Order: sequence, then structure tokens, then C-alpha cells
Amino acid sequence: MSWKELEEAAVVKGGTSAGYIVSGWRVKRPVIDEAKCTNCLICWIYCPEPAIVRHEGTKVTIDYDHCKGCGICETECPPKAISMVREP
Amino acid sequence: MTQTQAFSVAALQGDEAVAEAVRQSDVDVVAAYPITPQTIIVEKLAEFVADGRFKGEFIPVESEHSAMSACVGAAATGARVFTATSSQGLAYMHEMLYNASGMRLPIVMAVANRALSAPLVLNADHGDMMGSRDSGWIQVYAENVEEVYDRTIQLFKLSEDPRVMLPSTISFEGFIISHDKERVRLLDEGAIKRFLGRPAPKHRLDPNQPLTFGAIANPDNYFEFKMQQAQAMKNALAVFREVEDGFEAFSGRRYGAVDSYSTENADRVVVANGCSAGTMRAAARALNAAGEKVGVLTIRLYRPFPAEEVVAGLRNAKAIVTMDRSFSLGAPSGPISEDVKSALKGAGLGTPVMSLVYGIGGRDLSVDDGKKIFGMARDEDQFTATQALYGVKG
Repeated sequence: MSWKELEEAAVVKGGTSAGYIVSGWRVKRPVIDEAKCTNCLICWIYCPEPAIVRHEGTKVTIDYDHCKGCGICETECPPKAISMVREP
Repeated sequence: MTQTQAFSVAALQGDEAVAEAVRQSDVDVVAAYPITPQTIIVEKLAEFVADGRFKGEFIPVESEHSAMSACVGAAATGARVFTATSSQGLAYMHEMLYNASGMRLPIVMAVANRALSAPLVLNADHGDMMGSRDSGWIQVYAENVEEVYDRTIQLFKLSEDPRVMLPSTISFEGFIISHDKERVRLLDEGAIKRFLGRPAPKHRLDPNQPLTFGAIANPDNYFEFKMQQAQAMKNALAVFREVEDGFEAFSGRRYGAVDSYSTENADRVVVANGCSAGTMRAAARALNAAGEKVGVLTIRLYRPFPAEEVVAGLRNAKAIVTMDRSFSLGAPSGPISEDVKSALKGAGLGTPVMSLVYGIGGRDLSVDDGKKIFGMARDEDQFTATQALYGVKG
């Protein structure tokens, strides 16, 4: 973007991070093996971003728009249901 | 020049004049920490608060880092904000200086110059200001108490202009000006307030409409934000002139970004700033009375650098001496010298320039020293590629 178009002083409105897509930051993406997942929510607790999504009645899923690919969920998952897979 | 009002005359120290200007300028927040030789400013403002003569918020913070941080927060709400410091205090503010300028906050700061420790010294050189030269702040250097008073008022107008929105510094030598009592023609408070108006920033912090100032930039746009600041600096050159027009209209006083004293027909011209400019003019006056042809170019506005006006004042000179009251160790010459040489080169002028460093740590410069410096400029051998240290012992 040209310097003439940017908002001066890098001022942004509050609550904009939900619309900020960070998927491009990832080298690897977490993939859940639903058969092994016990829905214990350990990944949901440890995830530093709101990238693990809870659901009523079904198991957790991943919000890939807000997952930066840190891999903490893979490390912490007790039944080893999450594996980091290289982005294509 | 037309004088459109009656002045009240007072004998004030430089620091007192700053405090008086701040009191009269409808300032909302002052966050400051005392440090010699700026202390009187903070003391005086505290006194005004105690006496009910200053209605703004006075925040006695615990350090200069906090002072500038509080100023940043206050200015982001759209308040008119002032602080003051010296030397180590300015150094301690250093990282916050960049936040103030990057967030485009029109804070005004007074700096009573003092050389940096170690070894500890209380007296003036411009080392403190030059250390923050590249922080995106407007820098103005004053040479007497009345100019300090006038510039403090003017800088609110300049900084708050929508085309500028940059913080600014009024700089003056510690003790020589900060503690020297001089005659000041104080202006009418109502006239000052009419001249200044109120800050009207595009963005301001408001609990009902949350904003983030200075949010993250990545390599794909940080450069462009800096370009905006550079453009604002460029705008400030023109706005500076407008502010002086407006100020002159009600005060009858004007200084210019650059002052040329008998440079028209001079074969030798000295470039100086701060209080030494007056000393050099006194020396030039004496020499010219004795038939010599010398002049003095005073750089009052240093950032943004008024290159065109500097070149205009130096165009006829056969030899130029630049005087830096700061010692950039290991550099080919002082910062003012390098800027002047760069401006000359850019204008296609190859005039020989002698780069002097003088007055470090408050070492005095007398009118006799000034005459000696003009004398040195007669000697071609003195014009070497390296800087000369004027007045160093040994």
C-alpha cells in the first residue's frame, strides 16, 4: 500500500484481530485425528490463540484463519491425536 | 512590524519563561520529572498549580521514561501536553520519543541542554539534543530568554497543525539561558489562546470507541509509515513560516528558521546555533566595524533542516566555518557541519568548510573567541578534511 493511503500513526479500531488472518504465518498445520481425540479440551486450554473451537455435542475443530502453527497443541495433546503436517 | 498590543515586561530566567509560556498556552497535561538545569520549569509549574494559576493536570512522575509515557497517553486523548527535561533525562526518554513521533502526537518539550555523563557535568552542550536528532521530533534552538518564551508558545501551534502532527522540542543551553535572568515582554494570555486555538487531532482515545495507536507494522508497511513522518517534517518547514506569520501578527516578533547576519557581502561566514550565535554576531559586528567582511548564519530550526534557506545565506561566502556544540566521537565532523556540507553540495556549491567543535561540557565561548574563529577562517591551512576542536586543552 502506498504511504499516501495508510492510516496515519498506525491507528486501528479495537476488536479488529478477529478479522486478521494469520494463516500465512504457519509452516506446519495441526491436524486432528478424530478417532483418537477424547475432546478433553487440553488443546483448547493451551492454545495461545483462539484457534481451537469448541462445539456442543461434537469434538473440537481448528480455526485455521487464527492458527499460527506453533504446535503447542500437538505437544500437549494427551492421546497424541494432533499431528503437525507441513503446509503445501 | 506593527505592535498591536501592550506588553507586560518581566525579568525571567529561561526556565521561568518556559513555565510562564506553558501556563498561558492552555496546556491540559504536564508530566515531568526534575533534572538540573531544567528543574526550575517543573518547580515553577508546580507552584502555579498550588497557587491555582495553572488549571491543567500536573503529573509528578517517577522518571523521565514515565514522563514521556504519560505524555504519550495524555496526547493520544487529544489533550495539549507539555514536558521538560535535560541530558540524562532526555536519554532516559529515548525509546518513548520514537513512540510519540510515530503515533503522531503533538507533544511540546523544553530541553535545557546539558552534556551527558560520564564524567558527570551539569553544564551545556548539545549532545543531549543530537542524541535524539533522528527520533522524528521537530528541533528548535533558541538563543535568548524571550525567544525561549515565544518558541514554546509557537511550537504548540506548529506541532498541532494537521499537516504536521509531530512532537517538537524547544532547546536552549542550560544555565547560560535556563538560569540567566533577562528582560521578557510577556504577551497577553487571551491573544495567545486565540492564536493557538485548541488541538483537533483526527484520532483520539475514547473509551466508547476503542483505538490502538501505533499498532504493529510489518516489513511491508513500516517504511511507508516513516515516509508519512518524513512528509510531515517536510510540511513543517512551510507551516513553521505560517506559524511565525500568525505569531508576528499579534506580537510583532519574528525570528525565522534561519537568521542571516551581514552574510550578503561577507567573505567569511560562521554557521552557529543556540546562544553562541549572539556571541558570534557580537564578534562579527566588532570585526566589520574594523573593516572586515564577516557574517553569521544562525540555524534556529534544525529539524526539519531548512536546507534552502541555509544555502541562500551561504551562497556568497568564500569560506564557511560551522560550529557544533556537540562532539560526535569518531565522526568526520559534527552533525550541523555534515548537514551544512550536504546542503551546499546538493546546491552545487564547493565552498571550503571548516568544521569546529567547541563549548563541550559547558566550556565558555567569549566574543574574543569569536574573533579568533573568524581569524582562523582567513588561514587556508585550517580548512582540513577533519574537524578542529576549538578550545580543547593540550
